[in-house]
Amino acid sequence: MTGDPNSSQDKLQDIRLGHADRGFVGKIIRLDALVTGSSLSPKELEQRLVEMGFVEGARVEILHEGTIRRDPIAVRVDNITIALRRSEAMAVIVE
Amino acid sequence: MTTASLRLALVGAPNTGKTSLFNSLTGSRQKVANYPGVTVERKSGGFVTPEGRSVTVLDLPGTYSLRGRSPDEEITRDIVLGRFDGEAVPDLVLCVADATNLRLTLRLVLELKRVGRPMMLVLNMIDIAKRRGVTIDLDRMSQELGLPIVTSVAVRKGGVDELLKRTDEFLAKSHEAAASQWTTPTIADLKAAQREADRIIAAAVTLPTKPDTLTNRIDSVVLHPVWGLIILAVILFVMFQAVFTWAQPAMELLSGGFAALGQLIHDLLPESWSLLQSFLQNGLISGVGSVIVFLPQIIIIFLFILLLEDFGYMARAAFLMDRIMGGAGLHGRAFIPLLSSFACAIPGIMATRVIDNRRDRLTTILIAPLMTCSARIPVYTLIISAFVPATTLWGFVNLQGLVMFGLYAAGITSALTVSAIAKFFLWRDHAPAPFMLELPDYKVPRLRSIAIGVLNRAKMFLYRAGTTILSMMVLIWFLASFPTAPAGAEGPAINYSFAAMIGHALEPLLRPIGFNWQIAVALIPGMAAREVAVAALGTVYSIEGGKEAAEQIGQVLAQKWTLATALSMLVWYIFAPQCASTLAVIRRETGGAKWMVVTFLYMLALAYAASFLTFNLAQALGLH
Repeated sequence: MTGDPNSSQDKLQDIRLGHADRGFVGKIIRLDALVTGSSLSPKELEQRLVEMGFVEGARVEILHEGTIRRDPIAVRVDNITIALRRSEAMAVIVE
Repeated sequence: MTTASLRLALVGAPNTGKTSLFNSLTGSRQKVANYPGVTVERKSGGFVTPEGRSVTVLDLPGTYSLRGRSPDEEITRDIVLGRFDGEAVPDLVLCVADATNLRLTLRLVLELKRVGRPMMLVLNMIDIAKRRGVTIDLDRMSQELGLPIVTSVAVRKGGVDELLKRTDEFLAKSHEAAASQWTTPTIADLKAAQREADRIIAAAVTLPTKPDTLTNRIDSVVLHPVWGLIILAVILFVMFQAVFTWAQPAMELLSGGFAALGQLIHDLLPESWSLLQSFLQNGLISGVGSVIVFLPQIIIIFLFILLLEDFGYMARAAFLMDRIMGGAGLHGRAFIPLLSSFACAIPGIMATRVIDNRRDRLTTILIAPLMTCSARIPVYTLIISAFVPATTLWGFVNLQGLVMFGLYAAGITSALTVSAIAKFFLWRDHAPAPFMLELPDYKVPRLRSIAIGVLNRAKMFLYRAGTTILSMMVLIWFLASFPTAPAGAEGPAINYSFAAMIGHALEPLLRPIGFNWQIAVALIPGMAAREVAVAALGTVYSIEGGKEAAEQIGQVLAQKWTLATALSMLVWYIFAPQCASTLAVIRRETGGAKWMVVTFLYMLALAYAASFLTFNLAQALGLH
């Protein structure tokens, strides 16, 4: 129990980017495209997210939200800004 | 290798300034066509290097990877891999990167390297990178990547000099293409490549301590949930004011000019050559005129679209509208093309090129003609002023204005419904394209690049749509003029023509929707352009032209038509595919007749059904 106290705490704080609010700042832990609201197959969705720079360790920040149901969102991924729908952002696990 | 023209291909992610680089390399020596069999634009051009090598450049569709998830991206992949039929493999691949934003492009570079073609990396927009305090160790990066690197400022004069020099040096030596080791990357490959790209960036690039905040500051207003929509509305308002008010004088000048030219030709020819007179005046010159009269609107709309695109706003407009459009199964990017269609469906359909997913683009093209274009206004105003009393409802609503509003609303509602139906029936088995796009940093628009873009659109419209439209105009003239009236015949000559025969033949079909044979006849020249139907009705009812013609037509119609017929005609015009030009543009933009026929038939069916309902309902209600 005297190990790294942060690691277990971080586990609890893992959330899906699709649930995060504007102003959220965090780091990508992993991608999990199995259960999302996206119409894409999990594999295709993961591939596209990686192509847009959503890789483990990248810093993410939600900069802006759309008008209706706060969707889509504009996310700063390291030093680029990507707009995507919350349903696809569900595949991004962040801390 | 030095005698034949060398082939260069530009590859890069979207928003890297690839197109402005292409523009500054080739200037106006560009050719825009379609790749055979697909609706993807093929942009090629040529230039001569300082040492006199003649080079052809191909601007390949932007892509984040060679995976080829859309027809555009497949073309980029196949050409780079040298397996595209009818397209030679490039001698040199220029991979274009935005120097301020290297992450995604460097991963693409690593993927392209596996293809083994001779390649050079162009770090574009190096001036912006320097200004922001991004320093790039070019030697280090070149060494890490194993590629020559050159910097450029595509938008500045002399900004590509170094690129030209290095291209010469590169081409002076002979380069052997290595065997391609490229395979479709798996997710693991992509992640590994991204890690490698990030490692190289960490080694060779120093990012400023303070990131660019200007884009952020602009976005906090422009993408604001409330202010963002208001700003979008204001931009669109200005755009439409411009389309209607700036284009109007030019359009009137053009149509007046063509009318005068037609009259001049008419007067110059002897009266005995009446057939040639009529062909030149009513067929050829008015045919050409009816095409060219759209040009001012097309130029203004594309000027706005390209300016906003270059500034970086278009991606933001798509962001703001995505959820609102998504309800009807439309992509956020469909917004501007559909809005342009209120002026005229032709630039609207041409503007659908910003939608990269083919199915989303086809849906948008399909419904664009349902947006009430400006050519319907003369028909609407004629019938409304003749049949709808100018009474005031509830103290402040003008009934005529209300009907006009209803016609617009009916067009929009039906467009959204058709889109939702198309999504459900046509594309049910296909996953809709997700909305995932880069919001590029704002940049000052590059006027030269925009000018070239507007010029290309204008040329494309004139040359290619022009030929189809013109031939249809000549056909319609032929139908309305032959056979000629026998000597001493009563009534207008059009009553003896093929158009009249077709009109009479169609009359039984059109009777259920309340149209008489005169309307059927007028609909045929009305295919040339919707507003021509007004003049054609005048001809059929033997009204001499002139300033007061429209008013007179209205009076005659009010006597000869029932209210039910008039309402049926109004509804017909919401839906009917009454515009040869639009159909010709759909054919060209979709690369074949199929979608033109689909559009024509579905609109015709809608028009008939809606008019049938309207007419019978109106009769049942006793509106005579």
